[in-house]
Amino acid sequence: MIPEPGVPAVEVRGLHVGLGGTPILTGVDLTVAVGEWVTVIGPNGAGKSTLLRAVGGLLPAPGAITLFGTASAALRRRERARVVATVAQSPVVPPGMSVLDYVLLGRTPYIPALGRESTADVDAVHEVLRRLDLAGFHRRELATLSGGERQRVFLARALAQGATLLLLDEPTSALDIGHQQEVLELVDQLRREHGLTVLATMHDLSLAGEYADRMVLLAGGRVVAAGTPPEVLTEHLLATHYRASVRVVPGAHGPLVVPVRPTRP
Amino acid sequence: MLVALVAGVSLGPVSLPPGSVAAELLNLFPGVHLDSGLTEREIAIVTELRLPRVVLGLLVGGLLALAGGCYQGVFRNPLADPYLLGVAAGAGLAVTAAIALGGAGRQGTLSGLPMTIPLAAFAGALLAVTMTYVLGAAGGRRGSPAMLILAGVAVSAFLSAGQTYLLQQHADSIQPVYSWLLGRLATAGWHDVLLVLPYAVLTTVVVLLHRRELDVLAVGDDEARSLGLHPQRTRYLLIAAASLGTAAAVSATGLIGFVGIIVPHTVRLLAGSSYRVILPMSLLFGGAFLALTDVVARTAAAPTEVPIGVVTALLGGPFFVLVLRTARRVLT
Repeated sequence: MIPEPGVPAVEVRGLHVGLGGTPILTGVDLTVAVGEWVTVIGPNGAGKSTLLRAVGGLLPAPGAITLFGTASAALRRRERARVVATVAQSPVVPPGMSVLDYVLLGRTPYIPALGRESTADVDAVHEVLRRLDLAGFHRRELATLSGGERQRVFLARALAQGATLLLLDEPTSALDIGHQQEVLELVDQLRREHGLTVLATMHDLSLAGEYADRMVLLAGGRVVAAGTPPEVLTEHLLATHYRASVRVVPGAHGPLVVPVRPTRP
Repeated sequence: MLVALVAGVSLGPVSLPPGSVAAELLNLFPGVHLDSGLTEREIAIVTELRLPRVVLGLLVGGLLALAGGCYQGVFRNPLADPYLLGVAAGAGLAVTAAIALGGAGRQGTLSGLPMTIPLAAFAGALLAVTMTYVLGAAGGRRGSPAMLILAGVAVSAFLSAGQTYLLQQHADSIQPVYSWLLGRLATAGWHDVLLVLPYAVLTTVVVLLHRRELDVLAVGDDEARSLGLHPQRTRYLLIAAASLGTAAAVSATGLIGFVGIIVPHTVRLLAGSSYRVILPMSLLFGGAFLALTDVVARTAAAPTEVPIGVVTALLGGPFFVLVLRTARRVLT
């Protein structure tokens, strides 16, 4: 989908989502420009994943979400799948499936119903694997890979989908600190090289602030702060909404949030 | 499969040389004339007695294995199988009801079952799989794999009780129903092959066309949806197709258990985890497996025949334990 200049990749207006009668999101507004990286933060249960699922079309949100200028609800599933790709927090790893077969599933929105992959699909997948340094892995069983390698394969599947909007739900939560940086650097590089738009949720605030262009702080089902990382990552906001005692130290790529043990009164 | 075909036709109370049988089978194709050296009577044994029995074995075995593989994919459950899900019991109850209440097969033999019997069995199968699905999902949003199988066991028990009750009320049906229940390839004729064939073709076509979708379902419903699929719609269609195949198999040959679990898992070990490979290979291997099992059934205790359902259960019981051990990780 070729966006017209000035049309945002994602526009959310007054999003309400309730699950089983409990309101999760109560009036969320969010705009993500094309090529931008926006990270949603917030305490547990704030509705971060729910927001991402709604944007990805996994939850009904009639009228509230526009993707590249088109109402999300008006898109057919396959059309939406060519525009938005989601990497879930802990995707299912089917036993026995090879890396190549798994990444090939990303081509599903291009394969006609009841059809099979064309050589163009297979070529596209090999290209993605090469780009993510996974070329040597294509025969390996997904379940035997390490956490960092797996995360790259999940990204590869999303890229094979050919979507320009990438939704990442906690992309680093299962990784050690070195692999966290590796994956985020990779996402950022892909974003710059291919003009991708990234909407992510993250728990590690320092890491989130270093990579995001803008951040959105979600609490109690609504947006309580939005702006650049230094605007959102303030001691006051984090104390209010996370009930956390932190120091915020300026860093080269964004504020660094350091937890500090509360002093007893 | 070809080996199974020749062996199935050659072996039996009257042993025939496999080479001659192969020649006679080739003679069935138009334009082929080979001298097999068989007498008229032996040729009749080949084409009228043994061949339909072997062909039916191939069809039913293929269907049961295909249905098993399909259920395993749809439910993402390595233990799913037409029998464990209660589908076969549902089909069995429906056929029993048709025989007992409808009077089909009263004359002490089941050959000549009306062509509509598989449809009744299909209704029973769908009822059973719906019950299992609803009960199995009651524990949570989709329920755990173990829940589903336990629900299947409960549904099977419930439907079997209904079947027993029906039989008790209609004692004159016990003999034909019982011989059918144990797995009945022995009296198979071309009529039975024709009874199964249309449903077999329909099931096979629908399931094989969706084998890629089953691979997509393997990564989870959310992922499948974000890849542009309608997971639930695909699931219902495939459940219906697999249940139709099971119903056709059950109505022709009674309850032959464990094929749907032995064959797909063996194929998995040999050829990997993609349903694009598992399903067509299950169809072929399932057919060969059942035809060969039938050879064992009719030669092991010759001159009497062991019911084929007994043989598959003897093989399947230990195999099931094996699958259970390796699947423990998935189930807990």
